[in-house]
Amino acid sequence: MCTVCGCGPAHDQGHYHGNSTQKGVDLHFGHGTAGGHVPGVSQSRLLQLEADILGKNKSYAEKNRALLAQLGVFALNLLSSPGSGKTALLVETLKRLHGKETLAVIEGDQQTANDADRIRETGVAAIQINTGKGCHLDAHMVGHALESLPLQDGGLLFIENVGNLVCPAGFDLGEAHKVVILSVTEGEDKPLKYPDMFAAADLMILNKIDLLPHLDFDVAAAIENARRVNRKIQVLEVSARTGEGLDGWFTWLDQARTRQMALNSGHSQTELAAE
Amino acid sequence: MHEVSLCENMLEILKAHAEAESFTRVKRVSVAIGPLSCVEPEALRFGFDVVMKGSIADGAALEIEQTQAEALCLTCMETVLIGSRLDPCPACGGTELHMTGGDGLKIRELEVM
Repeated sequence: MCTVCGCGPAHDQGHYHGNSTQKGVDLHFGHGTAGGHVPGVSQSRLLQLEADILGKNKSYAEKNRALLAQLGVFALNLLSSPGSGKTALLVETLKRLHGKETLAVIEGDQQTANDADRIRETGVAAIQINTGKGCHLDAHMVGHALESLPLQDGGLLFIENVGNLVCPAGFDLGEAHKVVILSVTEGEDKPLKYPDMFAAADLMILNKIDLLPHLDFDVAAAIENARRVNRKIQVLEVSARTGEGLDGWFTWLDQARTRQMALNSGHSQTELAAE
Repeated sequence: MHEVSLCENMLEILKAHAEAESFTRVKRVSVAIGPLSCVEPEALRFGFDVVMKGSIADGAALEIEQTQAEALCLTCMETVLIGSRLDPCPACGGTELHMTGGDGLKIRELEVM
């Protein structure tokens, strides 16, 4: 049985938890259109509420975040359009870190376990989530994946989301950071076309920079566009294929993880102090 | 089409309230969508009709109120309302805005029987 939500093991069909009480719901009674209730007479009435439709995902995301903090695992949510080189970047990252760090990967795709197979070839534990018709990973799916992965204190978890620059932006999975990957074979105006994604990310990785001599891609314009929607976004230029710029990515990973761990221990100290 | 899964979340909220508030039919659902919520109103409407079919809200009307996003302009330090992430500050034309609200997606009101 699922320890996240108490649902049964059968996850081959979408399942919904009708017993969940929605967070942030305010109920106000006595707004019936007839102003009162007459027994036996059916009347329509109005119910006013402030029910957050994404509340369910948010509550699962917070559970994931708490679990990851408790385990001391640093999690990143990798996002991009299909074909940006997300998996290639991830494979190169894992090869470099394998043997030095405890690593785990969650792969999201609509169909096939091809990406998880590519990850497993590096020797790193990976779990594939097939979303079927779904266009994004949600926090509930990730919560179940977390149960099946060998997560250890101080480990790194990479969640490779479904290749899609739209929907995954709206779904918190419990990660420490969203990282968006934009390849230079795409347009430099992608951040303007898909602003929600670039606004949600803390880091933009410009991938495939080894191809720049063959393209008209304007790096400065791409960065400026990303900063128009998110003035705080950090930017790294890399080539997963040649390894150029990857040192910067590993430095970012180290620093972001150190910051996150300090934040987590700060929280637990505050909690301890409050007790 | 994540709007379909959002509609499934909506149906779940409706069912939970149907039990708590003792109603059996939903005639109208009013929702408020913030411009930063990653939700396309037309896709939501489409998903709503599909998902609600055969449920307590079969045939229910969906009313969509599109709200504005709230942002703090870092140039004039005014709190302003904007329609999208790329809008300049309507007060001073500044382009450095810090979003403070507008990513919400909420059910505001139900008409039930």
